[in-house]
Amino acid sequence: MVQTKSSAGFKAGVQDYRLTYYTPDYTPKDTDLLAAFRVTAQPGVPPEEAGAAVAAESSTGTWTTVWTDGLTDLDRYKGRCYDIEPIPGEDNQFFAFIAYPLDLFEEGSVTNMLTSIVGNVFGFKALRALRLEDLRVPVAYLKTFQGPPHGITVERDKLNKYGRPLLGCTIKPKLGLSAKNYGRAVYECLRGGLDFTKDDENINSQPFMRWRDRFLFVQEAIEKAQAETNEIKGHYLNVTAPTLEHMMERAEFAKEIGTPIIMHDYLTGGFTANTTLARWCRSNGLLLHIHRAMHAVIDRQKNHGMHFRVLAKCLRMSGGDHLHSGTVVGKLEGERGITMGFVDLMREDYIEEDRSRGIFFTQDWASMPGVIPVASGGIHVWHMPALVEIFGDDSCLQFGGGTLGHPWGNAPGATANRVALEACIQARNEGRSLAREGNDVIREACRWSPELAAACELWKEIKFEFEAMDTL
Amino acid sequence: MKTLSKERRYETLSYLPPLTDQQIAKQIEYMFDQGFIPAVEFEEDPQPTDHHWTLWKLPLFEARSAQDVLNEVRECRSEYSNSYIRVIAFDNIKQCQMMSFIVHKPSNSRRY
Repeated sequence: MVQTKSSAGFKAGVQDYRLTYYTPDYTPKDTDLLAAFRVTAQPGVPPEEAGAAVAAESSTGTWTTVWTDGLTDLDRYKGRCYDIEPIPGEDNQFFAFIAYPLDLFEEGSVTNMLTSIVGNVFGFKALRALRLEDLRVPVAYLKTFQGPPHGITVERDKLNKYGRPLLGCTIKPKLGLSAKNYGRAVYECLRGGLDFTKDDENINSQPFMRWRDRFLFVQEAIEKAQAETNEIKGHYLNVTAPTLEHMMERAEFAKEIGTPIIMHDYLTGGFTANTTLARWCRSNGLLLHIHRAMHAVIDRQKNHGMHFRVLAKCLRMSGGDHLHSGTVVGKLEGERGITMGFVDLMREDYIEEDRSRGIFFTQDWASMPGVIPVASGGIHVWHMPALVEIFGDDSCLQFGGGTLGHPWGNAPGATANRVALEACIQARNEGRSLAREGNDVIREACRWSPELAAACELWKEIKFEFEAMDTL
Repeated sequence: MKTLSKERRYETLSYLPPLTDQQIAKQIEYMFDQGFIPAVEFEEDPQPTDHHWTLWKLPLFEARSAQDVLNEVRECRSEYSNSYIRVIAFDNIKQCQMMSFIVHKPSNSRRY
């Protein structure tokens, strides 16, 4: 410890963090924001010091003592490392539990919350790696957020769709279609029985298809399909844009033409933009679909970054009615228990701590609306029983290749998916086990649905078996 | 290869062949198992954005079996045979509608 004593009584110098920020006797308050970090310290740094450093650097601390510390009440504002827990099987890693006082965060700002908790500290030299595993957001803070514009039950009422998952499809090829050709692909999917189609996340407003042309052709497709099928239809019009002004211009136009749902990429677009859009969506009655491009950059490494459950909680606070959450069964990874853990965090009101599912803290959402999990990517009709079994009714299942890749085209492909879904719902409600009899249910429906039979013929041999990266 | 014909649909379970009374009864039993409150509603020319169809009597708070509900469906069917009829279910704890499926279409309607 290096210290110099000045005549004014201020002790300058560098002090061990643990003296101030490691407080094992502290009992967290109901109003504290709690964080669970997976810490990998540099060799020679004791856990208490590393945990305290995380608490300090993500709250009031700076590397050296400053005289202005004497003008504030540190006990009121400092983050505290209140628990350290070894991780079985990991010599150099441990969990550090930090409690942050409520006053550290601006009301209603996910941006401010993350800037504090996952800001500079992630580059801190005393740590080799750092991962935020979970956050407990206190009710007092949650009540300063609007959250999802509508939520699951209001969305169902608006769409008139009950007792089954929603069905969607991302239009492909993801880049290069003209607006009119794109509109036709949308129409064919919707008239075949899907509830929604979706802009791919890369589709914003490129030279081959400017946003306004796309919006108009797609809206015509929605209206035509709705009139013909007598069911409510939608397409996630992507309003993600280079500036907030461009984003809002696109959102306003979407509202003007009467479309029911728009879309935003919340990580590349940013939390401030997302929160602005979510508030606008509630005020203007549009549903908001959220894509998560860039999430794997943040959440894929087991020892560094943030777990997706934290990103999912942040989205529920910032606002969105749908959020992509993995499929468990498709081409993208995701272990079932862990995935269902954060799916519960997205759509339930009260979730108990359950470490086997990666849930470190009991979370009370205090009636904030829920977010519909979207399972998308690499799934087809044969996956339907498993998807219904795993995700239940409050989910959105998106078959991209599984619709557009049907040998007869989009509309029969959509019908195949819808028939498979409804056969599964009927069977489940009749008390049959989809886990055991799922394939039989699909085969029985093939007998009267030629569209489904053709899909089953094409895809029966395809299997997806990847080892899940996301384990406990 | 086949072109998909144009047909009007009526949401959940409307892509299946018309349900028999026995199949309808099983769906209603599921409603009871979930603790939902069943109801019957009908409409002559429903549009996709018609969120409210006309309620048959009141929600069937007193119904105790699928047969009780099925009897109401039959009564509604004979009185309003020119209407579309669906069975719906409410959850008073979640305070929202949870299910809806079509149980009758007028004979002159376009085919399933």
